[in-house]
Amino acid sequence: MKKTALAMATAAILGSSLALAGGHAKSVKLGVVLGFTGPAESLAESMARGAELAMKEVSASKLLLDGATVSHVRADSTCVDASAAAAAAERVIASDKVDAIIGALCSGATISILQNVAMPKGVLLFSPSATSPALSTLEDNDLFFRASPSDARQGQVISEVLQEKGIKSIAMTYTNNDYGKGLADSIQSNFEALGGKVTINTPHEDGKGDYGAEVGALAQAGGDILVVVGYLDQGGKGIIQSSLDAGAFDQFFLPDAMIGDSLVQAIGPDLNGSIGTVPGTDSNGAQIYADLAKKDGFEAGPYSPEAYDAAALTLLAMQAANSKDSNAVKAKIFDVANAPGTKILPGELAKGLQILKDGGQIDYVGATAVELIGAGESAGSYREILVKDGKNTTVRYR
Amino acid sequence: MTDFLNALTLLGNFLIIPGLTYGSQLALGALGVTLVYGVLRFSNFGHGETMAFGAMVTILVTWGLQSVGISIQPLPTALLAIPVGIAVTVLLTLLLDRFVYRYHRERKANPVIFLIVSIGVMFFLGGLIRFIIGPGDQIFFDGTRFILKAREFKQLTGLDEGLSLKMTQAVTIVTAVMIVAAMFWFLNHTRTGKSMRAYSDNENLALLSGINPDRVVMITWILVAALATIAGTLYGLDKSFKPFVYMQLLLPIFASAIVGGVGNPIGAIAGGYVIAFSELILTFAYKKVVLYLGPESMEVESLVQFLGTDYKIAVSFIILVIVLIIKPTGLFSGKTI
Repeated sequence: MKKTALAMATAAILGSSLALAGGHAKSVKLGVVLGFTGPAESLAESMARGAELAMKEVSASKLLLDGATVSHVRADSTCVDASAAAAAAERVIASDKVDAIIGALCSGATISILQNVAMPKGVLLFSPSATSPALSTLEDNDLFFRASPSDARQGQVISEVLQEKGIKSIAMTYTNNDYGKGLADSIQSNFEALGGKVTINTPHEDGKGDYGAEVGALAQAGGDILVVVGYLDQGGKGIIQSSLDAGAFDQFFLPDAMIGDSLVQAIGPDLNGSIGTVPGTDSNGAQIYADLAKKDGFEAGPYSPEAYDAAALTLLAMQAANSKDSNAVKAKIFDVANAPGTKILPGELAKGLQILKDGGQIDYVGATAVELIGAGESAGSYREILVKDGKNTTVRYR
Repeated sequence: MTDFLNALTLLGNFLIIPGLTYGSQLALGALGVTLVYGVLRFSNFGHGETMAFGAMVTILVTWGLQSVGISIQPLPTALLAIPVGIAVTVLLTLLLDRFVYRYHRERKANPVIFLIVSIGVMFFLGGLIRFIIGPGDQIFFDGTRFILKAREFKQLTGLDEGLSLKMTQAVTIVTAVMIVAAMFWFLNHTRTGKSMRAYSDNENLALLSGINPDRVVMITWILVAALATIAGTLYGLDKSFKPFVYMQLLLPIFASAIVGGVGNPIGAIAGGYVIAFSELILTFAYKKVVLYLGPESMEVESLVQFLGTDYKIAVSFIILVIVLIIKPTGLFSGKTI
């Protein structure tokens, strides 16, 4: 009897060590490295909850790898401090031993993590919201993916919206970083290609108390609308408030990082009539996700669906690769994200895991109808926003 | 004629009113720095954070007043809370003097030691403020936002350009004028004020004529705390209250004090306006003004701007350097550093 027990224990230990050698595991850990402090902090919480919702769903299904549970660890990448971002990623890899990272929130932080930590350590990095065009061409050993489209695409969409509204000339100010400059340049080249005129394209610094001088220059240049490529909790808000105070502009165009409830609340009724764009889709995935989020006790804010998709795709690719090793997982991301295969919506991750386990194929649709292109970024559909009665309302999808 | 009025309104809206407001805020700040320099003989780097501290206490009291429903419409409630802010800040500066500066004063320490000590105080206060109220933006403005809206002005006058006057701008300018007048009256017409000036002029002679130095130092700190609280609150009301911003304000404030002649109250006020207007005038884009005033057919492609707005802070630096090279005593001949 004793011998049998011993033999079984030995077999179990051998078995588990074999499984570990094959990359199988009982537990998977993902780092949620987002800008919990800094100029886009109001978006981070809802995004983190989104990513964690996907992990919870996978964990509960007990279908991932060998019935692995998924745990997470949060870290603050900030938004503007590249060294803080790298340090946060370094920590979750070195001391928390995460298998992949969901993050970062801002483009600058993402580039820093990719170049300083993810590439040298060979860890997969999946950003829900980094949109700088620079990330499309950056050397990444195929370890970097994003659930958001490049701003090269957003610039095109914004120019089209502006032109359809009959706007002939724009004044533009951008937050002085990778995200701001990338998107502003993209808007300028696209808008000018459509025959529009950019009267001024000038940077502003975040974190100042007074934007009077910046607004003065913008007002002198003039234009039908002011395009504010900034952050809603920071300089972007300051520029809009200051423009309204001085009566410089009445209407604003708000790109993705300016869309959020905190801005409409802070500015009040004067913001009514302003327009904007934010990645979004009219697929029923978005609605399903919003309901799931509500059930979990949070509001699906901007980029929260992308965060869910980023985490879901990472875990599904692990299943497809039958391994949690980043180098095996990275090869499978495209397979699970794009056709052919059974379509998987939010809340159906268990079904997806099962199909993959049985050797089938899936086409992950998710909350944002994600379709990966190029070097691993979302093709991008956008929601056109109109601020009406103190709320961001959807005009249509494009 | 209409063109001329349009150009004038434009300058008024983007240069003159903001310049007067910003200048008043700098002048009040510089007055505090100059008082410390004149009487206590050191450059107080902790002044920016003292302003932030005063503003913070005022904000906390304002929130308290708002929550019990007390307001003084159409003026911002914060004005009602300023006296409490001043009282707490006076307590803070007196405590700091008792436990930090007095030790060095009794040993007749070198001004450089004082300066370094004040930098320490600056970091301590900065941490304390962020600990109490957090590093974020705080909005504590209430009451009527505008006295004159740009859109209303356009309708009223039929001009193309609008002129807007915010309540906070008016309050800032009016308060600054009142405070400065009271300050001069105090320094020139009261016994205490005269003893302060005497002490500042010649310490030994003042002591010989029976002026109590401890009293002079105490009065100075009380005045400095009051000025700092008022300046900090006005700046926070007009722009926004964010602890870090006050540290950035230190440079233009010191530039104002030095340009006007450090230790000289008139100089501090003049310096405040000189710095404020130079920053704005040099970074303003004159495109539309040129279009209004120039001949009908003129085409202007560029913005007609001397410096990008990013260089705003550099302007006060450059003026500071020029003044120190050409006229180190400042415009109104204060003491040289």
